[in-house]
Amino acid sequence: MTKKQKKMLARILVAAVLMIGLHFVPVSGAARFLLYMIPYLTVGYDILLKAWKGIRNRQVFDECFLMAVATVGAIALALYEQSGDYTEAIAVMLFYQIGELFQSYAVGKSRRNISELMDIRPDYANIETDGTLTRVDPDEVETGSVIVVQPGEKVPIDGIVVEGNSTLNTSALTGESVPRDAKAGDEIISGCINLTGVLKIQTTKEFGESTVSKILDLVENASSRKSRSEEFISRFARIYTPAVCYAALALAFLPPLVRFLALGLSPDFGTWVYRALTFLVISCPCALVISIPLSFFAGIGGASNAGVLVKGSNYLETLSQTKIVVFDKTGTLTRGVFEVIGIHHNQMEEEQLLEYAALAESASSHPISKSIQKAYGKELDRSRVTEIREISGNGVTARVDGHEVAAGNDKLMDHLGISCIPCHSVGTIIHLAIDGRYAGHIVISDVVKPHSAEAIRALKAAGIRKTVMLSGDIRKVAEKVAEELGLDEVYSELLPADKVEKVEELIGTKKEKEKLAFVGDGINDAPVLGRADIGIAMGAMGSDAAIEAADVVLMDDDPLKIAKAIRISRKCLGIVYQNIVFAIGIKLICLALGAVGLANMWLAIFADVGVMVIAVLNAVRALFVKNL
Amino acid sequence: MKKTYKIDVDCANCANKMEQAAKETAGVKDATVNFMMLKMIVEFEEGQEPKTVMKEVLKNCKKVEDDCEIFL
Repeated sequence: MTKKQKKMLARILVAAVLMIGLHFVPVSGAARFLLYMIPYLTVGYDILLKAWKGIRNRQVFDECFLMAVATVGAIALALYEQSGDYTEAIAVMLFYQIGELFQSYAVGKSRRNISELMDIRPDYANIETDGTLTRVDPDEVETGSVIVVQPGEKVPIDGIVVEGNSTLNTSALTGESVPRDAKAGDEIISGCINLTGVLKIQTTKEFGESTVSKILDLVENASSRKSRSEEFISRFARIYTPAVCYAALALAFLPPLVRFLALGLSPDFGTWVYRALTFLVISCPCALVISIPLSFFAGIGGASNAGVLVKGSNYLETLSQTKIVVFDKTGTLTRGVFEVIGIHHNQMEEEQLLEYAALAESASSHPISKSIQKAYGKELDRSRVTEIREISGNGVTARVDGHEVAAGNDKLMDHLGISCIPCHSVGTIIHLAIDGRYAGHIVISDVVKPHSAEAIRALKAAGIRKTVMLSGDIRKVAEKVAEELGLDEVYSELLPADKVEKVEELIGTKKEKEKLAFVGDGINDAPVLGRADIGIAMGAMGSDAAIEAADVVLMDDDPLKIAKAIRISRKCLGIVYQNIVFAIGIKLICLALGAVGLANMWLAIFADVGVMVIAVLNAVRALFVKNL
Repeated sequence: MKKTYKIDVDCANCANKMEQAAKETAGVKDATVNFMMLKMIVEFEEGQEPKTVMKEVLKNCKKVEDDCEIFL
């Protein structure tokens, strides 16, 4: 608790004890009034003061004003009726203050909780000078200096490992609990925790430009982008408080006047003023005003703990309304690396065929060649290869161990006049001919990520109406991937500009309320990410472009996180709506009860403080997303 | 130009009122109050000196909510 909160608590306790104590003191008249004023002023003096200042500054309608009018009114009523019942006024003030204290405590606590969840800010960096380590502020480390990270410490700045082997815990960044290995030459991003060995890292960025700073900045500013629900609530509060004040005024004077003038009954001012005061106590908008931003804040905090960075409350809201998810293929649903998936019609041992192919392609750095070399897996003796000729767009010919080897597509085979067997498999086909005779073909394909199919199923389960895949790849390949993963629609052979057009077309055909999300790897699809209702970039660890372009950033490249992000947003928005309906609903019911005289001050206090406490506790629930 | 200031305020509604007051101050293009992070992000109009504008912002905020602070 802060000093301010402790002081408040002391005031509340003293006032409560005094109030209960006075109950047993048999005094009446002026003495009674004066005695009861002690606890009242103890607990409420600041509210009265604030209300007065508000009036002076022409900002009449605020909570303090409501409370001041309600309690002063109740005391005046007790004086007027000579009932000597001042307890109610004190109790209202007391509970109001308890509510305020609780709210400030709960908000402070969740503020701290959430900051702890995102506690990836490194406090220092170690620099080695003459064999001794000195701790410096990470801000002071210049790009290119070498820092030392010991086991148990956070990596403070992005860089490249120059010395040492270790495993890294990236869970604070990705939500992924499996540690990652790091060795000399590896790029390393800040925010990971070094687990086992000492690492020397040459920094490649300044602290302010490092991943950890960017993420912190992003998450901390996320709640500044307000959602429509938040806007609605602040507009609502602006109209609501004055409206209730006028309604209370009307309630205090109109019915008595009607009774007196039209019906000829006694005006019964006391009852109606009491009802009007109850009205004022019920009406405080704080339950709404506090719980909505708190829910979003907790939701964003919980999401970032699961490795999903949401850049604003508004995006969390949009995400929850997503009905159509459009994917980029390469790098998003597939791993973006090519692999040999089959060898067919081979006239010799597969191993040998691969060896010939790998040797023939040994000079090429094309991803396809790389994948063949990788599939072969052994050291390549380049001296066995001579006369390498690359025929652009077709393949290569070379002499390997004295044999004439040709490796390439159908066109190359046609060109050489060798008849080849077409392949039914989907992927890139490399035909091989040795000494002018067909020797078989190798099928190379991008492989889908292990979780892609499950991710699509999870999205369907989460109520996504349509899943679409856009790909620059050839039709056969794209369609096979789409079928394998169970996507609803697929568009292939698209250039980057076509993807934007396609997304626009899809946005044009959907219903207004349904939102369209585009998921990409953030590297070459920034325009599409920007055009969709919500852009989700994945595998963003270390990629600034993705963090810039997207609205939601998945720290690792697991597509399952998309469904998780949607579930988190749904839970958060669910809580937001619950709170709006609950708070406004209870208040309206109590207002109605108060107007007809069925609600007393105690129910009014519940409607104010009780609802607020429940709404705040409900809001904090948005933080718990582990098991979603 | 955008600048971020740390603020102190107790209730969320008061934070909303501060935001409104800051927005209506001359020289301020837009303002956002982030109650959860206790921050105020102010975007100034071209050619305005943040220091003098912020003094006005603070004055206006004090008017709507006495118990608030902006750390300039």
